[in-house]
Amino acid sequence: MDIYSILRQFADSWMLLALFLFFVGVVLWVFRPGARKTYEDTANIPLRNEDRPASDVKDTSKPAFAGKDL
Amino acid sequence: MTNAIKLVALALVAIFAAIAANYARDLAYMVNMLVVMLAASVTFIYTLRKTDEDRDLRDLSGEYMDGVVRYGVIATAFWGVVGFLAGVFIAFQLAYPVLNFDWAQGYLNFGRLRPLHTSAVIFAFGGNALIATSFYVVQRTSAARLWGGGLGWFVFWGYNLFIVMAALSYVLGGSQSKEYAEPEWYVDLWLTIVWVAYLAVFLGTIIKRKEPHIYVANWFYLSFIVTIAMLHVVNNLVIPVSIFGGKSVQVMAGVQDAMTQWWYGHNAVGFFLTAGFLGMMYYFIPKRAEKPVYSYKLSIIHFWALIFLYIWAGPHHLHYTALPDWASTLGMVFSIILWMPSWGGMINGLMTLSGAWDKLRTDPVIRMMVIAVGFYGMSTFEGPMMSIRAVNSLSHYTDWTIGHVHSGALGWNGMITFGALYYLVPKLWNRKEVYSLSMVSWHFWLATIGIVLYAASMWVTGIMEGLMWREVDANGFLVNSFADTVAAKFPMYVVRGLGGVMYLAGAIVMCLNLWLTVKKQPAEKTVHGLVPAE
Repeated sequence: MDIYSILRQFADSWMLLALFLFFVGVVLWVFRPGARKTYEDTANIPLRNEDRPASDVKDTSKPAFAGKDL
Repeated sequence: MTNAIKLVALALVAIFAAIAANYARDLAYMVNMLVVMLAASVTFIYTLRKTDEDRDLRDLSGEYMDGVVRYGVIATAFWGVVGFLAGVFIAFQLAYPVLNFDWAQGYLNFGRLRPLHTSAVIFAFGGNALIATSFYVVQRTSAARLWGGGLGWFVFWGYNLFIVMAALSYVLGGSQSKEYAEPEWYVDLWLTIVWVAYLAVFLGTIIKRKEPHIYVANWFYLSFIVTIAMLHVVNNLVIPVSIFGGKSVQVMAGVQDAMTQWWYGHNAVGFFLTAGFLGMMYYFIPKRAEKPVYSYKLSIIHFWALIFLYIWAGPHHLHYTALPDWASTLGMVFSIILWMPSWGGMINGLMTLSGAWDKLRTDPVIRMMVIAVGFYGMSTFEGPMMSIRAVNSLSHYTDWTIGHVHSGALGWNGMITFGALYYLVPKLWNRKEVYSLSMVSWHFWLATIGIVLYAASMWVTGIMEGLMWREVDANGFLVNSFADTVAAKFPMYVVRGLGGVMYLAGAIVMCLNLWLTVKKQPAEKTVHGLVPAE
């Protein structure tokens, strides 16, 4: 078979399946248990650090992702 | 030392550009090489004046790099007005052909100005808006200063040099005749260099982020940057005829070339005008509403569904052509499935306001962002419908397509950018709020009514001419000549032009308002106690 036919056959069989499974995996991953808490924190990223970057010094008393506005 | 290397490089570029201009085989190439020579010379003098001067060695890692964003905001507003003005002018050229002046034939006729208009609004206005907002957003959501030092400035100036070269090319006849990819090979090469720098700056900032997660807006911006790089390189695979001229021979030919072009063309819509601007939506709407996005889970599914589907939709531009039926059916099916993630994203943007709907009444800036998302929903419903083969047989080659594009571009891209500019200017210049919210309201209504006039007149004229083209009499002969349809469209063309005038007027009101914001509003104290240079 010529390269075009090989690539096309691969594209509309295994590659299609792989991409579809990846997508299903993403959806399942999003709804994994415990995701809500992580996403609540991630969704709040725009609401902090507006005026200056987070400092390098880690404040161990707070969770690692608490990059608070000073 | 680095300055010495820079000076040598700039001098070499200027000399080679001068040589190239001397040997140029066409006017567009010669003028562009003179522009390159000028740009290199100016940068040379600028670098020379800085060399061996005392530099400010303050540690800047505790501050965001906003200077380049300020320049980007100004460039966005400027190119917006230029692009809208060009659009209004060519709209009236279509209504009144006498505006294709005899003395300017070959330079300012519709055929030359049309790509100038499309590139000015998409790449100059939209592109500067994307670069400026992405630099602003990636710093805030990564809690880190922009990576790469001066590289961000190179991206800004380099990109605008690309815009100037492309615009001069179109007017002087340098075009490779691919829609939205008109620039010739040497301009394409320059854009590739700038784009790689853009990717490096953006990715570098993400890599050194202080937040553990990459915020969804950055995913959208990143997919836009990466995909545009891929599309741009593949669609512009050409072999130049001479290094001293613009003309080149395309590597792909026939239907393969057509398919590559519309794979590029539709994903310019999908990734430049959609993914990038969704990045804006996911940052600026939560910021202005002071609430996190409605559903972060939905935003992740929105992202993956959108990028997985958009890339396949291109063939719907080639129904009833040499393209095999299976390919155009594939494009059509994916276009229709695409409706779902598009509306998922729209719902996510709109529902972010749940619990804060009163802001629609009190804050014209958020009203602007919300109507942008509304127009996004409208045009992402219209698009899949028009991609259906049977509908396309009526709509293709008619003004309906132009109306569809403009409800997306003016309504979605324009309005979300205006909203972002109204948000950004007070933040970047440390002002409390824009100069006048009632001027924002004026802009809102001028633009909205302008779009309604535009889209409605194009629906009427598009469907009308589609029906007139296919009308046959009892003996099977076509009833209308092409000129009949042109004559019938005249009133709608005038209405469309007036819609454009209103939209342009709104943009001018915005520029005035933003200028007064910087000039007249009192400066707020910054965290560093510094007032930024104006």
